[in-house]
Amino acid sequence: MIGAQAAPSADRSSSRQDAAEAIHVENLHKRFGNLHVLKGVSLSARDGEVIAIIGGSGSGKSTLLRCINCLENPTSGIIRVNGEEIRLKADSHGHTVPADRRQIERIRSKLGMVFQSFNLWSHMTLIENVIEVPIHVLKVPRAEAVATAEKLLERVGLADKRDVYPAFLSGGQQQRGAIARALAIQPRVMLFDEPTSALDPELVGEVLKVIADLAHEGRTMVLVTHEMKFAREVASHVVYLYNGLVEEEGPPEQLFGAPRSERLKQFLRNVS
Amino acid sequence: MQSGLFELLSPNPPGWGGNLLRGLANSLLIAVGAFGLGNLIGIAGAWGKLYGGPIVRDLLETYTTVVRAVPELVLILLLYYAGTDLIGRLLEAFGYQRIDINGLVAGIGVLGVVQGAYSTEVLRGAILAVPQGQIEAARAFGMSPCLMLRRITLPAMLPFAIPGLANLWLIATKDTALLAIVGFNELTQETRQAAGATKAYFTFFIAAGVLYLAVSLVSNVFIGRIERWARRGMPAVAGGGR
Repeated sequence: MIGAQAAPSADRSSSRQDAAEAIHVENLHKRFGNLHVLKGVSLSARDGEVIAIIGGSGSGKSTLLRCINCLENPTSGIIRVNGEEIRLKADSHGHTVPADRRQIERIRSKLGMVFQSFNLWSHMTLIENVIEVPIHVLKVPRAEAVATAEKLLERVGLADKRDVYPAFLSGGQQQRGAIARALAIQPRVMLFDEPTSALDPELVGEVLKVIADLAHEGRTMVLVTHEMKFAREVASHVVYLYNGLVEEEGPPEQLFGAPRSERLKQFLRNVS
Repeated sequence: MQSGLFELLSPNPPGWGGNLLRGLANSLLIAVGAFGLGNLIGIAGAWGKLYGGPIVRDLLETYTTVVRAVPELVLILLLYYAGTDLIGRLLEAFGYQRIDINGLVAGIGVLGVVQGAYSTEVLRGAILAVPQGQIEAARAFGMSPCLMLRRITLPAMLPFAIPGLANLWLIATKDTALLAIVGFNELTQETRQAAGATKAYFTFFIAAGVLYLAVSLVSNVFIGRIERWARRGMPAVAGGGR
């Protein structure tokens, strides 16, 4: 059944129930016109958990992630971030939109989003990209923001690229910079939307290594990915989406080692 | 002949050079004002056309279509005479005295409205050229619409807008000549007066031409610098990068 609480594994069940719930999604529906992309998905991420969302093309996995911070407005359903429910309302066209712009902006500023195509701001150098949100949204003093940004760039191995514009960096460097930008807001949860799908194969490793480090230090993350081996290594909980529904979920050993659903078995055969 | 030329163009009376330079200063003042006003209208107009409701979009569409369809000379006559008359009538209706509208203010207002229509389209195109992902990233990090416009959308669209805006600026400097028709003392009007008084038509219109050319040449230098700055985050295109 759908619902993250189902099928707890023996070793992780205690931590899953003890820690506070950072993200809670319940019965989420998303329609694009006649296209019913999400058909009632539930998802939960407790503090320190790494949730990997996998699934085929068109399964709705990216849409699900993008609904969490309302980059896509859900058609119906409940989304809670840090226990705070996003208030939604219907606009004059009958579309569901956030009821309170300030609430959604506040919630977004606690979620560090990393995009498939990096989306660094092209008119800013790398360090300017990293300090932009802390200074202008979170009102952190400039000196403090710069000091934090330098540490983060050091951490993702880009200290020497701080004054370079994104267009002059490789894809892998841009994505590591984008991860530093997301970390700079000291996010409660990191959201990764297929972070390595746009990269040349030889650049995937450097980005995955940075993400794996974050997972190991206990960051809460929700990760949409095509890298099955990686999901198996870093995730504490894996969700397999099929056709807008959670087809199967559980700890990675179970999902990858002994999948129950025929569709998941088929999917894993196709991607490996 | 040579001494006559210098006497005619001397900045000190009885030479007419001073008048020409004053006219040039007025022209530039109007051009700067109209270009600035036009861009403010353009930013609001582009934003409204892209993100506004259906009524706002229809109104803006009407504005840009009408202004771009009607010859500027007609618009200037219409807005200048009808506009000042309308303001006068409004003032009277509310029990105030009619005021004389300053020619400079009227000129800036009229040309600004014309420039605004073109600027709306230039900026709308430039905003559309900004990769959607950069706007999305700004939203994802909790930027408010105002902050996003100021910090992301406007600076990111600038490289795409500069060529169009540079055209608009050069057109603005020359459109000021149209204000001669309403008797405003800009460069062309001053030239006509000087030429009429001295009968040295050729001398004065060549001189005015040289001044307009100088404005364009100096502008080009600055536009080049601004464009290089705006494109700082973009790799040079072969043959296109300066």
